[in-house]
Amino acid sequence: MTKLNSKIPQGPVATKWSSYKDHIALVNPSNKRKLDIIVVGTGLAGASAAASLGALGFKVKAFCYQDSPRRAHSIAAQGGINASKNYQNDGDSVYRLFYDTIKGGDYRAREGNVYRLAEVSGSIIDQSVALGVPFAREYGGLLDNRSFGGAQVSRTFYARGQTGQQLLLGAYSAMSRQVSLGNVESYTRHEMLDVVIIDGRARGIIARNLVTGEIERHSAHAVVLATGGYGNVFFLSTNAMGSNATAIWKAYKKGAFFGNPCFTQIHPTCIPVHGDFQSKLTLMSESLRNDGRIWVPKRKEDVDALRHNKMKPKDIAEENRDYYLERRYPAFGNLVPRDVASRAAKERCDAGFGVGETGLAVYLDFADSIKRLGCNVIEERYGNLFQMYQKIVDENPYENPMMIYPAVHYTMGGLWVDYDLMSTVKGLFVAGEANFSDHGANRLGASALMQGLADGYFVLPYTIQNYLADQINVPRFKTDLPEFDESEKQVQARLQKLFDVKGTKPVDHFHRQLGKIMWEYVGMARNKAGLQKAITLIREVRAEFWKDVKITGEFNEVNPELEKAGRVADFIELGELMAIDALNREESCGGHFREEYQTPEGEALRNDDDFMYVAAWEYIGDDKTPVLNKEPLEYEAIEVKQRNYK
Amino acid sequence: MDFTLKIWRQKNAKAKGKFVTYKINGISDSSSFLEMLDVFNDQQVTKGEDPVVFDHDCREGICGTCSLYINGRPHGPDDAVTTCQLHMRKFKDGDTIVIEPWRSKAFPVIRDLMVDRQAFDKIIQAGGFISVNTGGIPDANAILIPKQNADSSMDAAACIGCGACVAACKNASAMLFVAAKVSHFALLPQGKAEATRRVQAMVAKMDELGFGNCTNTGACEAECPKEISIENIARMNREFLGAKIGSQKKVVKEGGF
Amino acid sequence: MGNKLISYSSITKKVVMALAGLFLISFLVVHLGINLLLLSNDDGASFMVAVGFMTTNPLVKIMEIFLMGGFAIHMVIGVFIQIQNWLARPVRYKVAGYSHLSFFSKYMIHTGAIIFIFLCIHFTNFYFVKLGLVNPPTGVGKEDFYQMATLLFADRFYAVLYVVLMIFLGFHLHHAFQSAFQTLGLSHTKYTPFIKVVGTIYSIVVPLGFASIPLFFIFIK
Repeated sequence: MTKLNSKIPQGPVATKWSSYKDHIALVNPSNKRKLDIIVVGTGLAGASAAASLGALGFKVKAFCYQDSPRRAHSIAAQGGINASKNYQNDGDSVYRLFYDTIKGGDYRAREGNVYRLAEVSGSIIDQSVALGVPFAREYGGLLDNRSFGGAQVSRTFYARGQTGQQLLLGAYSAMSRQVSLGNVESYTRHEMLDVVIIDGRARGIIARNLVTGEIERHSAHAVVLATGGYGNVFFLSTNAMGSNATAIWKAYKKGAFFGNPCFTQIHPTCIPVHGDFQSKLTLMSESLRNDGRIWVPKRKEDVDALRHNKMKPKDIAEENRDYYLERRYPAFGNLVPRDVASRAAKERCDAGFGVGETGLAVYLDFADSIKRLGCNVIEERYGNLFQMYQKIVDENPYENPMMIYPAVHYTMGGLWVDYDLMSTVKGLFVAGEANFSDHGANRLGASALMQGLADGYFVLPYTIQNYLADQINVPRFKTDLPEFDESEKQVQARLQKLFDVKGTKPVDHFHRQLGKIMWEYVGMARNKAGLQKAITLIREVRAEFWKDVKITGEFNEVNPELEKAGRVADFIELGELMAIDALNREESCGGHFREEYQTPEGEALRNDDDFMYVAAWEYIGDDKTPVLNKEPLEYEAIEVKQRNYK
Repeated sequence: MDFTLKIWRQKNAKAKGKFVTYKINGISDSSSFLEMLDVFNDQQVTKGEDPVVFDHDCREGICGTCSLYINGRPHGPDDAVTTCQLHMRKFKDGDTIVIEPWRSKAFPVIRDLMVDRQAFDKIIQAGGFISVNTGGIPDANAILIPKQNADSSMDAAACIGCGACVAACKNASAMLFVAAKVSHFALLPQGKAEATRRVQAMVAKMDELGFGNCTNTGACEAECPKEISIENIARMNREFLGAKIGSQKKVVKEGGF
Repeated sequence: MGNKLISYSSITKKVVMALAGLFLISFLVVHLGINLLLLSNDDGASFMVAVGFMTTNPLVKIMEIFLMGGFAIHMVIGVFIQIQNWLARPVRYKVAGYSHLSFFSKYMIHTGAIIFIFLCIHFTNFYFVKLGLVNPPTGVGKEDFYQMATLLFADRFYAVLYVVLMIFLGFHLHHAFQSAFQTLGLSHTKYTPFIKVVGTIYSIVVPLGFASIPLFFIFIK
């Protein structure tokens, strides 16, 4: 029998959340002041949680590794945020958003959670507007919407190409207000290095002050991890340089199960890789697919001519262009979900039709839209993205089509959580990208922002309260308890161990190696032999890392090499778990594509009989294969079908 | 491409810093400035020397973490970019590049090129918010906002809080940063309710933290990676005067008139 | 004084300074108008009528106090915020910034200081004479400003110095004019370009008008 209890409330999906809210236990205001909550990470989920919990009266400590909470990587989200407001009168509803999300996730997400997400999505927009988020508006003064991949309605709210930034600044300002009111304490340049568990409940963290190098102990009645995704396992990704999996990985090692680690999202519209020195990939918002048409040449000779600069893309005649997304998916065209668009690009490039110097790129062409709408409309919609592209690539996208290629962008997997967003460790909550919950095997565009803010503003304030209701008599924890001693000792020992290697190669060397293995074998297309090979190779990198890594500087000072080393050591272990999970999941679904399991047309082929479950991995010790726990997925409100975007 | 780098090295906040000259060779012109520093740091580590510490994170020009005062300009010799978006093709082969940290009393150096910008957080905490709690909010379309106001508000809200304005200003003034936040809210009906309190509190905090005074040189606007206009500073001055002259009671203790 | 000034907000200080500056700017026009009478070919008769009015009219007397106050406030605040501004960057850059939009704005304290020195000379030559603090040149009455001016401009060195100082005044005014409007919050996409043009014209015409007098005395008279 499974150890997992998802605690989904009884009743029809549409009333689960309201009946949950009606029946939870509450904490009265004077008791809230006596309860401490630690929030790690200050992105959309973390900042909104800290702000909301602070506003309720809890004492919150918010941690981030950045120099300011405002810089969490949510800030880089460009395109928009979904909400089922149906302002456009185009047939949107809570159910439709719920349905699109489940379907987009290829039927690997939990119905109850996703319905709740769709249900609170409208309130997120209300909340954000009230906090001063300057969403795009129409001349009449009402909010504007755009359409996004995987949906046939326009439900995406946006603030130019900086929606994530504006939403995060909204949450950050709300959090800052709580700081000024004394409800939230902000700890910047702090990295969490362990969870402290007392009597089976998460009661604190060990964090390193990145300025002084000091190891600090912080206690609380509950801990929230909102530390984002682990796309940086791939070295090159659209994540920030500092984005890391250390917090969730430490929690995993302390007993939190890891859900669906292999579910990675490869974003179709990124600027292609251009050199070995490259440190990160830059995303071009998916919203570009609204007005851009994706194509490659039909004829090999054109491909050659393009590669040797004998020809410009605009010289290729219309009939010699292959608008492969429009060809394969006439109903959704360029707006198919991300996993589909990414694989289609890979398919064309693998077949030898890729463009650019490396042959690993496809065109995203705005010529038609510029003709139809005029240059100024395109500039108004995407000006900053075009400018960004030009700065990086040194080519004018108004004149020549952009070149794009898929890149790692988001991880649907994460720590397993129940309906309360609580992990398998009591009192350890996980929110936003760090948890596995709402996106199944593939996330739709503009849904990450929605989920992060839903968790922080509207879910955690209820579920944490419910959890803490019977803890009101538990006094504040002292940080000199033996559990803190033990945890700190482990953290110190590990850091010391890293220093003691005294090898010859910098940390980045190993990170690059890991990234190459992951991209090659655990990337867009996976197969059994490749995954087995990946596991062997990752173990080799791991052994090599602990033999030959070189860290300069000292312990008690600003030491970015030490920070990176700790993170990469965790990435290596997590990479292995991803490969193990991908190997176990003998089906294709969403972002997880096993070459052995595809339809004759090359579409993902699910195996619902054997794999309609969440794979929640349980840590049982270093060098031991983790134990697989299954949470079966049951669909009551939605009929499970083969995804079809044709 | 080959370069000579003159980099400010400083062990910690208390130590005395100095410029150290390095050579770096074989840099691709399509590499970004920070990637050049990555290569440099890899070489430093391999040699067993301390890599140069600098702030950076998203590397796509939006998080505002990266800084660097390069050859006399914050974010280097290109307009409307952050250092992470600056590419080496903007330099000539063989150039000498002088890299300094942001210099301001309110931004003390932590190490090498890394500075402490918590002062900006403190200014926001003083009033850079709209005082609403989570929940109980009317529908987002309940209040109409003219498109023009929403757009101008967005122009101001685009600030990434990197501090280039302070670094560029000969007076190390933070007026553009504060004005951007004040304008962002002042242009929205949601921000009006506490506008008078906000502007006074934020200006008072800014003064207290030791930033210089604005002398309208316009350097901040010229160097702002998000091209935020000094019109916002005029707007803040207006808001501030209106608040001071119009308000009946003293809203903020510190700061006086 | 210092403590009191600190407790005022930076914007308040700047607004007061801008208002004082604008007042001085408007005064300059009056001053120039009277000075230009020196050019009229009547051996200073009309000039002396104007001087007579300016030295006896009670309203002008009151304005004189305001004017001195304006100078004092403008300078004291100017120096004070300059010191604050220097303190705001205790460690300077190795490579000086070159990104400033307005060239003259960088040197306001310097041009201001030069104008202040000139003002001291100017006061010694005229205003203090009138007040009786300084003896007039031999054979000249203490309110005979026409004679004083004629004598001074006859000195080539002084005349050249005067012209050079007017150039610096122009530099100072060029930034000051539009900056004052910005500080007062009077910025508008439609009107600000107009203000800038007016400021530029003002900063050229007014110093040029002043400078024309010594030039007239040297070359024409």
